[in-house]
Amino acid sequence: MNTDIILSGVGGQGILSIATIIGSAAISEGLYIKQAEVHGMSQRGGDVQSNLRISSSPINSDLIPLGKADIIISLEPMEALRYLPYLRKDGWLITNTTPFVNIPDYPETDKIMEALKALPHQVSLDVDSIAREAASPRAANIVLLGAAAPFLGIAEDKIEKAIRDIFSRKGEQVVNMNLTAFRAGLEFAKKQAEI
Amino acid sequence: MSEKRLLLGDEAIALGAINAGLSGVYAYPGTPSTEITEFIQNSPLAIERNIHSRWSTNEKTAMEEALGMSYMGKRALVCMKHVGMNVAADAFVNSAMTGTNGGLIVVAADDPSMHSSQNEQDSRFYGKFAMMPIFEPSSQQEAYDMTAYAFDYSERYKTPVLMRMVTRMAHSRAVVKTDEAREQNSISYPTNPNDWVLMPAVARRRNRELIKLNEQFLADAECSPFNKLTLGADKTVGIIACGIAYNYLMELYPEGCPFSVLKLSQYPIPASTVRILASKCDSLLVLEDGQPFVEEAIRGILPTPIPVKGRLSGDVPRTGELNPDNIMPALGITDKEVFDPCPLVVPRPPALCQGCGHRDMYSALNEVLKEYKSARVFSDIGCYTLGFLPPYRAIHSVVDMGASITMAKGASDAGQHPSVAVIGDSTFTHSGMTGLLDAVNENSDITILISDNLTTGMTGGQDSAGTGRLESICIGLGVAKEHVRVVVPLPKNMDEMKEIIRQEINHRGVSVIIPRRECIQTARRHSKKP
Repeated sequence: MNTDIILSGVGGQGILSIATIIGSAAISEGLYIKQAEVHGMSQRGGDVQSNLRISSSPINSDLIPLGKADIIISLEPMEALRYLPYLRKDGWLITNTTPFVNIPDYPETDKIMEALKALPHQVSLDVDSIAREAASPRAANIVLLGAAAPFLGIAEDKIEKAIRDIFSRKGEQVVNMNLTAFRAGLEFAKKQAEI
Repeated sequence: MSEKRLLLGDEAIALGAINAGLSGVYAYPGTPSTEITEFIQNSPLAIERNIHSRWSTNEKTAMEEALGMSYMGKRALVCMKHVGMNVAADAFVNSAMTGTNGGLIVVAADDPSMHSSQNEQDSRFYGKFAMMPIFEPSSQQEAYDMTAYAFDYSERYKTPVLMRMVTRMAHSRAVVKTDEAREQNSISYPTNPNDWVLMPAVARRRNRELIKLNEQFLADAECSPFNKLTLGADKTVGIIACGIAYNYLMELYPEGCPFSVLKLSQYPIPASTVRILASKCDSLLVLEDGQPFVEEAIRGILPTPIPVKGRLSGDVPRTGELNPDNIMPALGITDKEVFDPCPLVVPRPPALCQGCGHRDMYSALNEVLKEYKSARVFSDIGCYTLGFLPPYRAIHSVVDMGASITMAKGASDAGQHPSVAVIGDSTFTHSGMTGLLDAVNENSDITILISDNLTTGMTGGQDSAGTGRLESICIGLGVAKEHVRVVVPLPKNMDEMKEIIRQEINHRGVSVIIPRRECIQTARRHSKKP
C-alpha cells in the first residue's frame, strides 16, 4: 500500500496531532513512514502544511511530488485549496468548512465553497459543530481525522487503537470522547462520499 | 538495546550523539536546528548521564564551550542554524587549527528556500574554508548512523567535523533503528598540548599538518560508506546527488534509475570517483540543496571538460530548495497533468499572536514616532521582525542578530534623530550587548527598546540568557540608571508607555526602554503545568 497525504491548516490549529495518530497507526502496522513538518516562523498564524507519506515499501522523498497526493486533509477550507496542484486527479480532499479569517483579503466564503464542491472527490464538513454535538469542541481535529479515515488505506480499527494509545494517559473519558468524535467524522464522510 | 523510533532528522542526530557517548551539547536556538538540543534536554538517558544541554548565549560561545569540552577528552556537539555559523566562524575555523581531543561535531542546519531565515548560505563552504571533513546525511537513519561515525572519525584524526543538513531533513520524521548507548569518554588532557596555542609559529606548523591531513580526508571520502557510485546503462548523463537530493532523484525512478549515480554524503568531494563517473557519461548533472558548491568545484576536477549541468548552468533552479518536481526538467521528464492552482487562494503571512506584548510595544512606538518628521527604527531577528508587516509597518531594517543597536548608532553618527533600535531580550544577550557598549562609549543619541518576553520566542520558547538581569546588564555596561526604563506593555498602560518613549527619544544620549511581559505562548504553557 502507498498513501501520500497533505495535511494543511493555519499555524496553531494543530494539524500535527492528526499526523501523529495516523503515523502511530502506520507504525504499528509495520509500514514505512516519512513526515515533513513546518516549524518556525510560519507557525505564528501563517499557512502550514505537513507531507505525510505511508507505504509498505521504503520511501525516498520526504516531499510529495505535484499531482501525487492521494488525500488532502485540511482544517481550513482555503488552505485545502492552496495545495490542489499536489492532489492526484482522482484523489480525495477532506476539509473543515469553517474559515479561519486572520487576513484582510480573505476570499468570499461562498466562492471557496463553490470551488470545493466543483472537485470530483471531496468531503466538506463543519468539524467544530460536529465535535460540539457528538463529543467536545476540543475534539474537532479528531472529527476531521474520522472523515479522512476511509481514504487512508489503514483499517479503521487500527486508527481507533492509535487514538486509544495516544490519549490513554489522559484517562478513559478523554479516550472515549475522541473515539466518539472519530466515529462521528467517519459516519459523516461515509454518507457524503456515498461509500 | 536496539529499537525503532519515529524521529525528526534533528532528533536522529541528537539520539545518535547521546548513544555515541556525548557529554555535552552546546547551542543557541535557531530554526531548523533547535530540536536537536531540545531532544537532548528532554532525554531521560541524557538527564541520567548528566549530559550538558543548557542553551548558550550565542553560537560563538557554544562553539568555544564545546571546544573546551573536547579539550578535556569528552565528546561534544555544537548545533546551529546556517547563519549561526557566521557568529561562530572565528571559533569554528580555528578549531580546525587546534584540532580536537574528544570527538567534536558541529551541526549546521541550512535553510534553502529561507523558510525561516534571512539568507540561503550553504555551510559546506565553511567546511571547505576551514579544511574540515563534511558529512551530509541523506536520510534520518543515515543522520543517526553518521553521528556515531563522525565522532569516531573526529577522534581518529583529532579534527572537528562539520555535519550539514537542510530544513527538510531536520524537520521530517522517519523510523530510525537505534542501537545501544556507548559509555561517555573519561577525562583526558590532550597529548599534543602545544597545538592548542595558536601563536604564529604553532599556527604555521598546524596549517601544514592540516593541509597534509586533508589528503587523508580525501582518501577516506573516496571509500566512504556514505558515498556510493552506482553505474547505469544510460550513458547520456551521470548524476551527482548530494545529501537529501539523492532521495528526490530516486523518487522519480521507482523502478530504478537508468543513469549512473554518485550519492555524495561525505566530503571533501571524492575527486577520483567523480572522474570515474565522468569517464562513463557524456555529461554530468549535479543535484545539491543550497548553493552550487559541488558543481563549481568539479569543473576543476575533470581532466577533459564535459558538459556539467546544475544550478549554475540553469538546468536546476538557481535558488530555493530542491524537490522531486523542480529537478524533473534536468532529467528530461516532462510535465504531468495536475490540478491548476485555485485562483481564490491568497497568501497568509505569519503574524504576531493576539495579545502579544510586542503588539502593544509597536502600537505605542508608532503613535509617538508620528510626532517626529522622519524617525527610523532599526530592528532585529525575532518574532518582533513581524512588525514590518501590516498593521504596524513599524521597522526599517532587519539584518542580523544584534544589528539593531549598532545600525541605530551608525545612523545616529550620521545625523539621524530619532534613531530607534528594537531588539528582543534573547537577541540582546546574543549579540546586542557589545554594540550597546559602543553606543555608551560615545553617548550616542539612540533609543533602544529591548522588548522582553522572558524567552526566545520565535524558535518556540527556549530560556533566554539574560532573564531577570537586563537592567543590571545595561547599567553595568554604562547606561545611566535614570535612562533604563521598564514598562509593562498592555493596552491599559498605553499612555505611560508613550510618555516614556517620548521622554527617552528627547534625551539626546543612550536610553534603554524595557517593555516586559511574558510571551503569551510560554505563559499558556506555564499555566497548564501544575
